[in-house]
Amino acid sequence: MFMNTRSKFDQNLKELKSLQLNMAAEAETAIKNAMLALLNQDIGLASKVMNGDQVIDDLEYDIHEKVLQLIAQQSPVAKDLRRLHVALTVSSEVERLGDIAVNIAKSVVHIGNEKYLKELSEIPKMMEMATEMLTEAITAFYSEDPALAKKCAEKDDQVDEMFGDILKELLTYTPQNPDSTNQIIQLAFVCRSIERIADHSTNIAENVIYLETGKRYNLNA
Amino acid sequence: MVTAIKERTTVEVTVQSKSEFQPENILTVNNLEVFYGEKRAVNGISMIVEKNAVTALIGPSGCGKSTFLRSINRMNDLIPGASAKGEIVYEGLNILSDDINVVALRKEIGMVFQKPNPFPKSIYENITHALKFAGIKKKSLLDEIVEESLKKAALWDEVKDRLDKSAYSLSGGQQQRLCIARTIAMKPTVILLDEPSSALDPISNAKIEDLIVKLKKDYSIMIVTHNMQQASRVSDKTAFFLSGDLIEYDHTEKIFTNPSVKKTEEYISGRFG
Repeated sequence: MFMNTRSKFDQNLKELKSLQLNMAAEAETAIKNAMLALLNQDIGLASKVMNGDQVIDDLEYDIHEKVLQLIAQQSPVAKDLRRLHVALTVSSEVERLGDIAVNIAKSVVHIGNEKYLKELSEIPKMMEMATEMLTEAITAFYSEDPALAKKCAEKDDQVDEMFGDILKELLTYTPQNPDSTNQIIQLAFVCRSIERIADHSTNIAENVIYLETGKRYNLNA
Repeated sequence: MVTAIKERTTVEVTVQSKSEFQPENILTVNNLEVFYGEKRAVNGISMIVEKNAVTALIGPSGCGKSTFLRSINRMNDLIPGASAKGEIVYEGLNILSDDINVVALRKEIGMVFQKPNPFPKSIYENITHALKFAGIKKKSLLDEIVEESLKKAALWDEVKDRLDKSAYSLSGGQQQRLCIARTIAMKPTVILLDEPSSALDPISNAKIEDLIVKLKKDYSIMIVTHNMQQASRVSDKTAFFLSGDLIEYDHTEKIFTNPSVKKTEEYISGRFG
């Protein structure tokens, strides 16, 4: 009886989502590479992460431009409006994830080839949980799945706890290893970055729920 | 003034409960059905219209929204074969009753149409014509009402020096505001607007919208519009009609940000219609 009168707009929204997923994939790869660089003390890979951030920044710019264009031309309402709002918010979150990957990579460079005081064991576990959250958040965003978004956010407290424990442990090394203060500080920075990855993943998850339900949840509380 | 509409008799208000008929509501529509001959155009709609608020009626062509609007001041009486069942309760009276004085009713529930329709008379006479018909002859009083009505319709400053000029000399947007002034002159409580700015340019449209928002301080306004942005800009409540049914009726902000019914979402976001 009725025809879809917004096929062009729907096509624009598909293109926007494709841009967002490209951006998320770039950031996810950057994070994973930064972590790999830390574990392997791979300065070359760390440099690659730092140099690659511009791609993520450019994608954020493209997304913001596209969203503003669609708001101006299509007068979106209801879920269309939320979708565009979420595109702006999530792209900013993802841009921050790119910056976090750069920060980790910088720490890798600062530590250089100096042998780790202790074999990294807890930090990789924390990394694993944070990257799992990130992957879930991106998957939930892709499939517009609020249940998966909630599941993702549930892990945030565990990451916070790990962060506290690792930080305490790192501080105990300081008095006995005054020559390694730089390494200890850089590892603390890295842990802080990983903790932020979990926070940004949670923020993305909140946006997935908002997109689907129109209701705002603070999953970080 | 309402006593002029009918010898006052109490109507049994059969809406959900009498307590809902509170002062902040101006109209209570209960199970309204409107027919054109055998064809039912409005399928048993119930809704409460708030006082001093703008209520927007939206929906695709043929959904029954204009029929619904025209029922409220009995304009459908002028269409051969049209009939209505149910109740529209205004000030305790069912205005669908046979013994309602529809001329008096239309003074209280005025209407402005899609196409500006000024009389082929001067600007001044457009306002005073109905007033004289209603028995107001005193020049000073007529002058006062003309000025007040034109000021309320945001037209006074543009026409005060040429009140004796033909209404046809005005632009389309000015003519529409003159029609609103003409309605206001009768001191209505409700103003019905049937796509009042769809024939106007964007600036005139913006002036009408601005006017609608200002007028709700003194009047209760119902507007039929095909312009979703207009509905979202000017109205406090929005009712979405589809195929003669009221699909959703809620605060405008809710309707345009997070409607409860999927069909509403599809319509307002232009996915059909």
